[in-house]
Amino acid sequence: MEILKHGLAANSLLTAFAIVGLVMWLSNAISKHVLFGRVHGSAIAIVLGLAAAFAAGLWTGGEKGVVDIPILSGIGLMGGAMLRDFAIVATAFEVDVAQARKAGAVGALALGLGTLLPFIVGSLLAVAFGYTDAISITTIGAGAITYIVGPVTGAALGASSAVIALSIATGVFKAVLVMVGTPIVAKAIGLDNPRSAMVFGGLMGTVSGVSGGLAATDRRLVPYGALTATFHTGLGCLVAPSILYLAVRAIAGV
Amino acid sequence: MMISGVAMLALCTLLGSVVGDLLGVALGVKANVGGVGIAMILLIATRLWLSRRGLLTLPLKLGVEFWGALYIPIVVAMAAQQNVLVAARSGPLVLIAGIATVLVCFATVALMSRIGQRGETMDEIEARARGELAASGNPV
Repeated sequence: MEILKHGLAANSLLTAFAIVGLVMWLSNAISKHVLFGRVHGSAIAIVLGLAAAFAAGLWTGGEKGVVDIPILSGIGLMGGAMLRDFAIVATAFEVDVAQARKAGAVGALALGLGTLLPFIVGSLLAVAFGYTDAISITTIGAGAITYIVGPVTGAALGASSAVIALSIATGVFKAVLVMVGTPIVAKAIGLDNPRSAMVFGGLMGTVSGVSGGLAATDRRLVPYGALTATFHTGLGCLVAPSILYLAVRAIAGV
Repeated sequence: MMISGVAMLALCTLLGSVVGDLLGVALGVKANVGGVGIAMILLIATRLWLSRRGLLTLPLKLGVEFWGALYIPIVVAMAAQQNVLVAARSGPLVLIAGIATVLVCFATVALMSRIGQRGETMDEIEARARGELAASGNPV
């Protein structure tokens, strides 16, 4: 048992490939035989991943999902920022340039709305839940943009750590909802072409939510969504602690 | 060579990341601004440049496409390391803010995809591409 544990932990990335492969195979089997293709295998695999992260959080008390279990530490490398960005960039190889150019202007508009709308919703709810100071309102509103914009804004403005944690949680929950919800609403919101995928990427923001949600809907749409979503966090980090904070302060008065 | 595809992809990703960081510093933001997007544009430009010179070989393409195909498993691994527990336990503000934001954004996507002419769906684009290939008589 100890030898097996050592072998798995010493080759952690290979262990991760094997386990994720197994989860993908299982998810595709569930999709095909249990749900008769109504839910995409990738969506099931992502939900299984989130469920595993939840269970691991309960079990280990850690913050990094299954990565806190020593033999599964390779999942951290496999799903970390480095390989995630590497693989997202690789999907651009299939981008149809003419299609991307056609959606350029509308993608930019979506990006602007995707920053402003979540911020307004998040800020209003922060006020509704009793926050009155501009720093807390702005930080929680920024968390509704993405879970990176929230803490970056909070740190820049000097928000309390409880408020920063709240803003991260809002962003993570949003990413999870986008991952799980996208395949369900895809047809209703017209998500079947590159143009709407770029609009979607700009509006929903979170690279993880967008890429996960689109992957579960139609893999071919991922590069178009990622192309706009990738500017989302940068734009949010740019405007939330500056223009948006000043606007909130002007309205809230503190 | 397959490694040249992998190396090309790595170079584009690295360059994008560095430019994104520089852009962040220039704008006074503590984040990478559009690094992945810049890398994607670099990769698309490189592909166009190579194919115009006839240098886009099959092994080179495989070196890039392999990583693109691993994308979904990588997303699954990413999902498995989120702090889902905290997000689920953080109380009603998080739940309501998350749900409200996502609903507003979904509705806006629905609205914006209906404005203007409807884009071709992926299925239509692929069907047309196949049709053109068949018409030109030389399958790739």
